[in-house]
Amino acid sequence: MLKRLSLVAVLASVVSVTAVSLTACGSSSGTADPGSGAPASGAAAGASSVTVFAAASLTESFTELGRRFESAHPGTKVTFNFGSSATLAQQITQGAPADVFAAASPATMNTVTDAGLAASPTVFVKNTLQIAVPADNPAKVESLKDLTDPKVKVALCAEQVPCGAAAIKALDAAGLKVTPVTLEQDVKATLTKVELGEVDAALVYRTDVIAAAGKVKGIDFPEAAQAVNDYPVAVLTKAPALDLAKGFVDLVLSPQGADVLTKAGFQAP
Amino acid sequence: MTVRARTRAVTGRTPWPLVVPALAGLAFLVLPLAGLLVRAPWSTLPRQLAEPQVLEALRLSLVTATIATAVCLLLGVPLAWLLARTALPGRRLLRALVTVPLVLPPVVGGVALLLVLGRRGLAGQWLYDTFGVSLPFTTAGVVVAEAFVAMPFLVIAVEGALRGSDQRYEEAAATLGASRWTVFRRVTLPMVAPGVLAGAVLCWARALGEFGATITFAGNFPGRTQTMPLAVYLALETEPDAAIVLSLVLLAVSVIVLAGLRDRWVGSA
Amino acid sequence: MGGFRVSLRAHLVVERPPFRLDVELDVAAGEVVALLGPNGAGKTTALRGLAGLTPLAGGTVELEGVELHRLPPERRPIGVVFQDYLLFPHMSALDNVAFGPRCQGAGRAAARRIAADLLDRVGLTGFSGVRPGRLSGGQAQRVALARALAVRPRLLLLDEPLAALDAHTRLEIRAELRRHLAGFDGATVLVTHDPLDAMVLADRLVVIENGGVVQSGTPGEIARHPRTDYVARLVGLNLYRGEAGGDQVVVGDVRFSTAERVTGPAFVAFPPSAVALYRTRPDGSPRNLWKLHIDGVERHGDHIRVHLRGPLPLAADVTPAAATDLDLIPGQEIWAAVKATETHAYPA
Repeated sequence: MLKRLSLVAVLASVVSVTAVSLTACGSSSGTADPGSGAPASGAAAGASSVTVFAAASLTESFTELGRRFESAHPGTKVTFNFGSSATLAQQITQGAPADVFAAASPATMNTVTDAGLAASPTVFVKNTLQIAVPADNPAKVESLKDLTDPKVKVALCAEQVPCGAAAIKALDAAGLKVTPVTLEQDVKATLTKVELGEVDAALVYRTDVIAAAGKVKGIDFPEAAQAVNDYPVAVLTKAPALDLAKGFVDLVLSPQGADVLTKAGFQAP
Repeated sequence: MTVRARTRAVTGRTPWPLVVPALAGLAFLVLPLAGLLVRAPWSTLPRQLAEPQVLEALRLSLVTATIATAVCLLLGVPLAWLLARTALPGRRLLRALVTVPLVLPPVVGGVALLLVLGRRGLAGQWLYDTFGVSLPFTTAGVVVAEAFVAMPFLVIAVEGALRGSDQRYEEAAATLGASRWTVFRRVTLPMVAPGVLAGAVLCWARALGEFGATITFAGNFPGRTQTMPLAVYLALETEPDAAIVLSLVLLAVSVIVLAGLRDRWVGSA
Repeated sequence: MGGFRVSLRAHLVVERPPFRLDVELDVAAGEVVALLGPNGAGKTTALRGLAGLTPLAGGTVELEGVELHRLPPERRPIGVVFQDYLLFPHMSALDNVAFGPRCQGAGRAAARRIAADLLDRVGLTGFSGVRPGRLSGGQAQRVALARALAVRPRLLLLDEPLAALDAHTRLEIRAELRRHLAGFDGATVLVTHDPLDAMVLADRLVVIENGGVVQSGTPGEIARHPRTDYVARLVGLNLYRGEAGGDQVVVGDVRFSTAERVTGPAFVAFPPSAVALYRTRPDGSPRNLWKLHIDGVERHGDHIRVHLRGPLPLAADVTPAAATDLDLIPGQEIWAAVKATETHAYPA
């Protein structure tokens, strides 16, 4: 298993390296061309590609931001690597050539800052938990307390991943003990179990419930406030496209960025 | 023994166009393992092994892989026989269909299993309504997922062996009064035994390493559905070193089992 | 056949276009019939048809009054010795022989007793535990025979039973097999392409060519009166078919003088040794004398066989000494003579 994972990591870095070197060639030919009007921010570095490693929960909103960034900087390409924050952090510490890292938890960001690969991360959004139930809510779940009913099948994220850690925090805050039938490896897998009706309820992020609108229903619960997940973003110190990276982070932190992220269900920090 | 000695004498010098790629291939297969060995935090090995969760996952892996192999033998050998020995219409298509689990990404396989055998699945709903049985999130579900992914290895190996075996022996058995079932049991099966064993070994190894379909279909719950690969994957989220140790434990156990099996089988043949 | 009771009555039709087998076969109890014929004639197909291994397009197989042709092989009271014996490689010799009795419902111990007895009978006492891979060709043949006999068949089928053996073993096993076949009270059908095997082992020969029976009879009858080129070559005779009138048979442009008097369509046969060769036209002008060309010369045992072509292709045997005198060069002209008393004419 591990072999397969590390192979994926290796492939990911190979792909990124290739992407970077390809764009490097492209940019050198670009600078040689006197006619090409380079856009403001990226022009100095001469780079026209920026690689963003972002938590999987940011897939929809960051893809949208990437599109906006590209149209604001013609000729620039934003390449994303979405995945589990922990996996991304490892890939970065193993030398994957990323420019920006947006994590779903401060802990995973710490892995990168501790390695000296990122400085001063900024929390740009927070995400809170919701109870996700199948659209027809077969177990009639209404509150967090309903999840303690042994007849209700509950899926939680594994404690090793951020949504699992958040779920434990929320349940602890509520003083409830839930026995899940499964501890899923990530939030999307957890949500799939709800979508397919294999479980009656799960604790997932609001953003994921919104992304799966129609197939699952989200139920807010007060204890969610005790388990807020902060999303930090940082430009990486070894970023090959430093200026573009700064530009992208600026966009994420801008009101325009906040707008896109709020629509996806994130909350302002 | 004599045959082997004679072969070696006849072969003489091994031609380098075979040796060079062979060594490269071996290195390609073995080097990642060497990577694991080099990076392994040996000092934490005893502590990891003492963890009850690790032993539980290991035990669960061995038990489910073995049961899955038994299931595959029970269903796969007759299926291979059907493909090799009967003039079924559309046999070519059937053979292609048998390999579907090989091509399908295991996670997709797991979702497909949920769609059929899940609580709301095509057959699963009936199972649940009639018998109150629901396979997901159970150890039986792990076996189902592993068998689904591993069965093609067995079927293909056994079918190949059946096609390669001389059917005239079966005719000879028939003239001696053996029914088709007796022919299969006492002549066909013993004559393709090495092929069946090779298929079972592949099948077992594949089942042991199964991750995607298992975590998707059976979920992840320690002691019930958390096999070693799942434990490794989750450990990777927070404790990569532990993940390496766990993988090595899994590898060591499988190598010991397979090497032991192979020796015994070669010795008896 | 006189006193024999007909045991097997078979009409075998197998369609495998363009090949078609259509053979009728009667075998008496205790009788051994050899199906003899060139490769591809359909001998083995006929045998497989009898065993039920090849489906019949038509015809019947009746054994001791019971119709077999609708039964699958495992329900037919037959024993088969296959060309390569097909002993189960994963079983000992004893278990190979015990396999049939076990399938017929005998207990393990009883089946092994039957098998041990049979191994004794074929002279393989002490080979019970040996796997087929470690048996010699002759031993494997005997185990195969024992295995076929162990099911107490009423019809014994042997497909080229001696073909896989070397010359020396073959001699020994042939004699042995003859003894075993003589002791078997059911019908036996044996397939071979070797005339010697057929003559030694069989009471009667059935010659098959191109899917049909061309001749049948005792080995003696067949050897004396071949009816096709194949049979004639097999028994070493020159054979011609013509129209007889009195003591003459007309074959194409050639007129044969014969010792026998026949009328209508007839065969003329004579052995190559009956042909005398001359470099020049011999004196006294024998009546059967032709001018031919030498086609080829080959060594044949302790004499030289000369193949001749012309109006009457024929084979002649001469001694090496005579061959030297004759100066046998292919293409050369030569005179060939056959005495009427050495020819043999019979109705076609």
